[in-house]
Amino acid sequence: MNQVKILEAIKINKNFGGVQAVKNISFEVNKGELLGVIGPNGSGKTTLVNLITQFVRLSSGSIKFKGKKIDHLPPHKIIGLGISRTFQMVRPFYKLPAYKNMIIPLYSPRARSLLGGKYGDRDAMALDLLEEVGFERDSFVAYKPAGVLPQGYLKRLELAKAISLQPDLMILDELFSGLSLAEVASIVPIVEKLLQKGISIIMIEHRLKELFKIADRVIVLNYGEKIADGVAQDVMESEAVKNAYLGTEA
Amino acid sequence: MKKRKERIDRGIKARSGDIFALSSYREMIYLSTPRLVPIIGFLILPLILGIYWQKVLLSVAVFALLAISWDILAQTGMVSLGQALFFGVGAYITGALNHYWGVPPFISIPIATIMGGIICTLMLLPVLRLRGIYFSMVTMIIPLMLVRVIEATKIFGGTEGLTGMTPLPSRWVEVYLVIGIMLICLFGFRRMLDSDYGLVLRGICDNDRSVTNAGINIYWYKTQALFIASSIGAFAGAVMTHVYMFVGMPVFALDYSMFPIAAVVVGGPGTLAGATLGACLLVPLSEALRGFGGLRIVFYGIFLVVFTVAIPEGIFPYIQRKYNQFERWVEVDK
Repeated sequence: MNQVKILEAIKINKNFGGVQAVKNISFEVNKGELLGVIGPNGSGKTTLVNLITQFVRLSSGSIKFKGKKIDHLPPHKIIGLGISRTFQMVRPFYKLPAYKNMIIPLYSPRARSLLGGKYGDRDAMALDLLEEVGFERDSFVAYKPAGVLPQGYLKRLELAKAISLQPDLMILDELFSGLSLAEVASIVPIVEKLLQKGISIIMIEHRLKELFKIADRVIVLNYGEKIADGVAQDVMESEAVKNAYLGTEA
Repeated sequence: MKKRKERIDRGIKARSGDIFALSSYREMIYLSTPRLVPIIGFLILPLILGIYWQKVLLSVAVFALLAISWDILAQTGMVSLGQALFFGVGAYITGALNHYWGVPPFISIPIATIMGGIICTLMLLPVLRLRGIYFSMVTMIIPLMLVRVIEATKIFGGTEGLTGMTPLPSRWVEVYLVIGIMLICLFGFRRMLDSDYGLVLRGICDNDRSVTNAGINIYWYKTQALFIASSIGAFAGAVMTHVYMFVGMPVFALDYSMFPIAAVVVGGPGTLAGATLGACLLVPLSEALRGFGGLRIVFYGIFLVVFTVAIPEGIFPYIQRKYNQFERWVEVDK
């Protein structure tokens, strides 16, 4: 089967002073695929996301999105091309009601050209999108200030913000962290629905069990290096991964 | 019997802004007062005040404009300590146009407003990437630097300044021109800050990474906010030049930088109405205290300290909070 590559990273490197956070990593994301990225703490997963969206500049290497080089563009341009991400640490605009939080991504050039909408229409669009990720329409949750919402809703809000940009590739940075099993179980179908729509997803996750249920392919990082790439079960069997997670026998 | 104050948020649906506003006098008063009082007050006051207090009112309006300009910048996450830059640049542009080329005030003031906005924006463009205190430091230094440049190079009359500007036709035109523009800025930009565009600006202040992550170029939006704020400041400076018929180094004085901040602190940030309210309180107070001579600044300082301790959030947000929450005394359970 001939897969279309949506994102391609070629030998990317990142140094923070003397620390090499990402070493010579190459990987690709196929269209419509969910790629899991796992690894122990400090293995460079979030740096990888920051490199893709150029919140952090590459030291060397190149990144191609839909066949075009994107590593020279500023972050807002990259997001305009159709890559959207969620943050690990959720930081909404605390004072604003949840649905007003959605206005900012809806006001971005990409969302405006794809969804249109005049002033006033966006409130309704925001409420629709929030309903999609599980803000019950009949309740007041969507109208409450983001500062008083529980973590589960904040993660959903973060997800809705990423969806509202109509991305082709979504990067979810530890979407499940800090959530209960029940909450994870209710978010998984939302992610699956996105995949069905043809959106490719990179998912960085510590909760392997939940991730392996939905991931098509997994790459494993350790100390900034890619140590495994493949189908979930095969990857967990490999010696290098076992060493990284469990340590070597002395 | 110990009691404590219980505060309950008003239901969202029960807030004014809808047909609900007609349900009680309290709602109607809450909705209409903040709009009617400044409009009617500012339009009628010049008619009943004497010449001296009319000048005070003029300077209230000018400082309100500077405070509004400061508040817009602060809402976008740029805390400026140099409103004097905007004021001074506007003043010098209109001064130079009028002095050297005899451009009449009604042409030179709009030119100074736009040009002042562009020049100040260009001056601050390189430091737009700085955040917090670093941006503030630069904005504070630039006006002080410009004073020295004018002193050293003797351009625009050097230390003497430029004199003999064409005055505005009458004192009525002066006061109503400034008041009119101030009211338009107050209500217009208040509306702007509540629109989707304003949400983006406020979002930059709150969490600029999140706004970038929405695919929005925050520097372009910051530039726009800077242009709006500096144009307002430049307009204030340009009008005052024609009122005083003089422009000189004092236009870059620290007063023009600090006073707007004090006004916003007293009135409450984020609402623009608070900024105007602050200017309405502080400028007349400062005039009324003139009788104390040298002690004036002491009393003025005491007032500010008492105020910031008593209502740290500012008058306007305080009133808003009182409206948005029901309060009642309840017994503390044992």
